[in-house]
Amino acid sequence: MNYFPDEVLEHIFDFVTSQRDRNSVSQVCKPWYKIESSSRQKVFVGNCYAISPERVIERFPGLKSITLKGKPHFADFNLVPPDWGGFVYPWIEAFARNNLGLEELKLKRMIISDECLELISRSFANFKSLVLVSCEGFSTDGLAAIASNCSFLRELDLQENDVEDHRGHWLSCFPDTCTSLVSLNFACLKGDVNLAALERLVARSPNLRSLRLNHAVPLDILQKILMRAPHLVDLGVGSYVHDPDSETYNKLVTALQKCKSVRSLSGFLEAAPQCLSAFHLICPNLTSLNLSYAPGIHGTELRKLIRHCRKLQRLWILDCIGDEGLEVVASTCKDLQEIRVFPSDPFVGNAAVTEVGLVALSSGCPKLHSILYFCQQMTNAALITVAKNRPNFTRFRLCILDPTKPDAVTNQPLDEGFGAIVHSCKGLRRLSMSGRLTDKVFLYIGMYAEQLEMISIAFAGDTDKGMQYLLNGCKKLRKLEIRDCPFGNAALLMDVGKYETMRSLWMSSCNVTLGGCKSLAKKMPMLNVEIINETDQMDISADDRQKAEKMFLYRTLAGRRKDAPEFVWTL
Amino acid sequence: MEFDRDLNLEATELRLGLPGTVTEQSEKQKPNSNATKSNKRSLPDMNGESEVRRENSSASSNDKKSHGQETAPPIKTQVVGWPPIRSYRKNSLQAKKLEAEAAGLFVKVSMDGAPYLRKIDLKVYKGYPELLEVLEEMFKFKVGEYSEREGYNGSEHVPTYEDKDGDWMLVGDVPWEMFINSCKRLRIMKESEARGLGCAV
Repeated sequence: MNYFPDEVLEHIFDFVTSQRDRNSVSQVCKPWYKIESSSRQKVFVGNCYAISPERVIERFPGLKSITLKGKPHFADFNLVPPDWGGFVYPWIEAFARNNLGLEELKLKRMIISDECLELISRSFANFKSLVLVSCEGFSTDGLAAIASNCSFLRELDLQENDVEDHRGHWLSCFPDTCTSLVSLNFACLKGDVNLAALERLVARSPNLRSLRLNHAVPLDILQKILMRAPHLVDLGVGSYVHDPDSETYNKLVTALQKCKSVRSLSGFLEAAPQCLSAFHLICPNLTSLNLSYAPGIHGTELRKLIRHCRKLQRLWILDCIGDEGLEVVASTCKDLQEIRVFPSDPFVGNAAVTEVGLVALSSGCPKLHSILYFCQQMTNAALITVAKNRPNFTRFRLCILDPTKPDAVTNQPLDEGFGAIVHSCKGLRRLSMSGRLTDKVFLYIGMYAEQLEMISIAFAGDTDKGMQYLLNGCKKLRKLEIRDCPFGNAALLMDVGKYETMRSLWMSSCNVTLGGCKSLAKKMPMLNVEIINETDQMDISADDRQKAEKMFLYRTLAGRRKDAPEFVWTL
Repeated sequence: MEFDRDLNLEATELRLGLPGTVTEQSEKQKPNSNATKSNKRSLPDMNGESEVRRENSSASSNDKKSHGQETAPPIKTQVVGWPPIRSYRKNSLQAKKLEAEAAGLFVKVSMDGAPYLRKIDLKVYKGYPELLEVLEEMFKFKVGEYSEREGYNGSEHVPTYEDKDGDWMLVGDVPWEMFINSCKRLRIMKESEARGLGCAV
């Protein structure tokens, strides 16, 4: 390889696309490091505080596409106060200042302001793709800036963001010359949109393949849009409370018949049965279906729909489908790879699915490898059966709505069940557990879960040993998040070097003390050990024996962050 | 019917369990009661809060006869961040719930032999007795005595409803809250047709 000119090496490296592989390539030798770094276009930063934007720009001057993640995962569940951090502005400002030719930006759990969106739209002439997942801090005014100024915009994808909606004028901001849209997703916007502008936009976007509308787009407009965009591959519809009149229904059916390419369907905040039945037409070709925002769809309607979906690979659904419905899924969807069953009534806690549905899926779907399952109850016997049926799980997340519920039949902890899962599923990379669990389950995980990268634990374990088994055993662990478990300083400080091999550790409502955290921070200067202090009584010089209610630590090359709010202490 | 329990007759209530047996409810409220000595952190006090919530909701519904509260699993105290679903999803489900609650729950009521159907708002009634009274008035019939074993005995008409799964069920078997959430429409059947429904399986 020493005899190859740089351009040849660069060309070869072009075929290496995954970040992990490119990281490996760059570690072979100095010349390879140089060439790889200067030619890398796509960069992934799993923790925006792990490195400074300047350093990223310095190493990857050819950067065109960046993914940034901000807040810790548990921020999704209201465990992190707002304003904790995750601001993207410094990154954009640095990119703009250094004249980077940024084309793609993907953010997850970050705060992005309208000013920042405006800066993006003005600074990067070739900007093509904006994907925001679970972000906040912006309004439709920011979207208007993107629409107005990004002449070559291909993708605007807003997933589950909290957007301040100033009504629909942003859609009209796409100039008539903008014909490059491939993907538009505004399903999370709560307000009305300018329907005429939407129709015109679709009409002049011949490359549009993915369109996800919000609830404000009525059925008759949907039908018109579908007629103009028959090549859609991914469709997200709105909310249809009432059954349509027969004229609209017939037009809808005609439009859907033309949509032979639709492979992915979502939306349906509400769907009256007759309206839903029109969509049966596109079910036979669907590979992805997301009905998880539709609590109003009855079990019978769901089952009818699913029976038409023989090619489904990915299904996101609510538990009102019931165990019976999951049995229909198991017998119909033989290509199913991923399923998520969400609770339809999280406030009351009456899930309609049990271990029966899970076992049915594991036995009926041979390709199933990723599951998120919210249920009423579980048993060890069921988990053992699932483990036997489905050793190919890579992601296994089980959430029993009563978090410390034992085996529903034997009243035993669920240690044996989860133990069977980690023992059998040798490729398991992500695990979430719930139910009554003792230290034993962690012993099993430490022993068997060799590929485990991310694990979420809540209300589990008895002593420090639990966490110690975990840290000792899981060599590939990257993200560990723990809440409400009796793990204390002994576990935290057992192997401090381990945390440098991981992206982050979250511990809340455990037994670690301020003193323990301080001690850790002192030993490990390459970690940021942050305490989130939400009560007034505690202060930094307080008694070290006080419990640290929320601790988040992560490895970093950037030192302590300068944007931490008052209630976050970096030790 | 089940609404009697809310009148706090527990102390003198006859049950099948041995004296001192933990009821299903207290078991649910004390998930750690089985744990032997352990360093385990206990869940936030679920007893106190769920009691308070039940009292509050009873007060607001103005009627101790809302038997849905007592026999349905107790309303869980909200442990922060549990169940672990994204706020976006939680908010959207809650919005749907509130929407549904505000909208009222109008269902069609038909009676065999009547020339046209009626519609009633189930949200307006607090329990089965009230509902049956209104139906009796509306359609001019009398419904018999309800018993779990035999359904409505001694009447020409039987109140039934279609549930979410499309099955026809006898009115009165399930707690009120569960009933109004699953009832799609009502039908007053003639005794002769309803013979199958009232019998215990």
